[in-house]
Amino acid sequence: MSPSRTETSLLWLLRALAAIAGAITLLIVVFLLVEAWPALRSPGFTHFLSDEAWFPSSSTPQFNIAPMVAGTVAATLGAMLLATPLGIAAALFCRFYAPPALASGFRRLLELLAGIPSVVYGFWGLVVLTPLIRQWAPPGQSLLAAVLILSLMILPTIALLSETALRSIPRSYLQGAAALGLSRWRTISGVALPAARCGIASAIMLAAGRAIGETMAVLMVAGNIVQVPDSIFAPVRTLTANIALELGYAMGGHRAALFVSGLMLLVLIVVLVTLSDWIMREEIHG
Amino acid sequence: MAEKTTRVVSGGFLPPARRGTDWPDRIATVLMWAVALLITAVFVWIVGDLVLQGLPHLSWEYLSAGPEDAGRGGGIAPILVSTLLILAVCMAVSIPLGLGTAVLLSEFGRRNQFFGRLVRYSLDVLAGVPSIVFGLFGNAFFSITLGMGFSILSGGLTLSCMVLPLLIRSTESALRAVPDDYRRAAAALGLPVFTALWRILLPAATPGLIAGLVLGIGRALAETAALLFTSGYVDRMPGSLLDSGRALSIHIYDLAMNVPGGESNAYASAVVLIGLLLVINALTFRAADRWLHQGITPV
Repeated sequence: MSPSRTETSLLWLLRALAAIAGAITLLIVVFLLVEAWPALRSPGFTHFLSDEAWFPSSSTPQFNIAPMVAGTVAATLGAMLLATPLGIAAALFCRFYAPPALASGFRRLLELLAGIPSVVYGFWGLVVLTPLIRQWAPPGQSLLAAVLILSLMILPTIALLSETALRSIPRSYLQGAAALGLSRWRTISGVALPAARCGIASAIMLAAGRAIGETMAVLMVAGNIVQVPDSIFAPVRTLTANIALELGYAMGGHRAALFVSGLMLLVLIVVLVTLSDWIMREEIHG
Repeated sequence: MAEKTTRVVSGGFLPPARRGTDWPDRIATVLMWAVALLITAVFVWIVGDLVLQGLPHLSWEYLSAGPEDAGRGGGIAPILVSTLLILAVCMAVSIPLGLGTAVLLSEFGRRNQFFGRLVRYSLDVLAGVPSIVFGLFGNAFFSITLGMGFSILSGGLTLSCMVLPLLIRSTESALRAVPDDYRRAAAALGLPVFTALWRILLPAATPGLIAGLVLGIGRALAETAALLFTSGYVDRMPGSLLDSGRALSIHIYDLAMNVPGGESNAYASAVVLIGLLLVINALTFRAADRWLHQGITPV
């Protein structure tokens, strides 16, 4: 039976819709490249790391984005160091420690935490967290504040995805551990975590991507001074915050430089997404 | 023994806690509970602070009046209107696009393998793109190249690019979860593909579609960075989709960062935003429930 004419046209309509959806990524890459091109060509890419400072709109513009890269790296690493153990512990709590009713309640709480908008996290960090840090070590708006808020934001991601990974461990593994008379902690450290390691690693990758890309919350609590941070109490500016702060008035080469940093963020994220996909696929094949 | 087996089957795996000298086990137990308590405490701290500081400023006037004195006084009526308009544009574009793509990927995937794989990879990348990069793109493409300027339209379109991967992924998995028997039965009845889709597969997948919709709306409402340079800051009542309109999330940002003394109204706006998210969540799940009971979906 050959497909009727309406079916063929339906199929072509669906293909057209899917082509539009698929083309958006390409469109984003193309537009970032086009807008970034003047900066990539005339000062050249090496200038972004070798210039003296970040004075993008002066008459002899300087485009050193190294401080912003350092800010992004420091904030992301700090948040990962804090949120990874806490997130995995939260997932383990949900799966192996909490009684069933409490576990589903706790899961719901994590989902709610994941759903709070980033601007609200940023606002709370600005009015509650930074004054507390200021009492301890001024000025308060600092790398530490950014790390704390970021880890709060990515913790639910790590916890929920790790919990899903732990849930998919074959039941026989756990029954085997029980038959060997292993204690709860031995079961977790010797059986459950190794069995779920791919899912957990992929969760950490995705959370890292989220931390790198986060803009508003970091913008509101980090202080936004262009400098390589010398302590965790120093204000920093991240790549994302830099774009959000300066795109409004940037012209010419300055605007192009901001698009270069956007392009760098995009490349970083693509690497992380691909890595996370690859880890999950290894698990299926391995 | 039987009791222990059901525990393994039903929920987590819980060997009995041992008394005695298994120190690593006892320390781990204490640590896990401590972490869970810590997370709960921080959650209560954040939500409690927002509600305690925000609710006293909330009133009918706050929701129905325009902002005065850069937002320090007055209300948020035009901002609510702009937010809903941006959301409407976003959904009007992304729902048909997402539905079409998901149907193609799940129902016609075998006939379009290479194309499908390409689209899926592109959507995976799109799902990871940081929101500020969407802002850059929206500013360059919708606002400048297509000449929409800072407008509700360009903000909504930028957001639709952002929520598209979420919608497609959830719709596709909902469609894939529909048993193949349904498709065979439709084919045996000689139903045209379109009728089978419209009358059987999509209704059967409705709960999954609604869940995706809620996720998408939540992400769009919460978004700030992508709107900074696409829909803009103007806090007047928008006259058309080509006017600039300030979204609620941007209002919170602006009050907190740029308006000294705007803190209390920022608290109130934050409560409104979270309330809006919760209401939409509850409403759509209620709607999904009703569909579920009159539809043909297996429960």
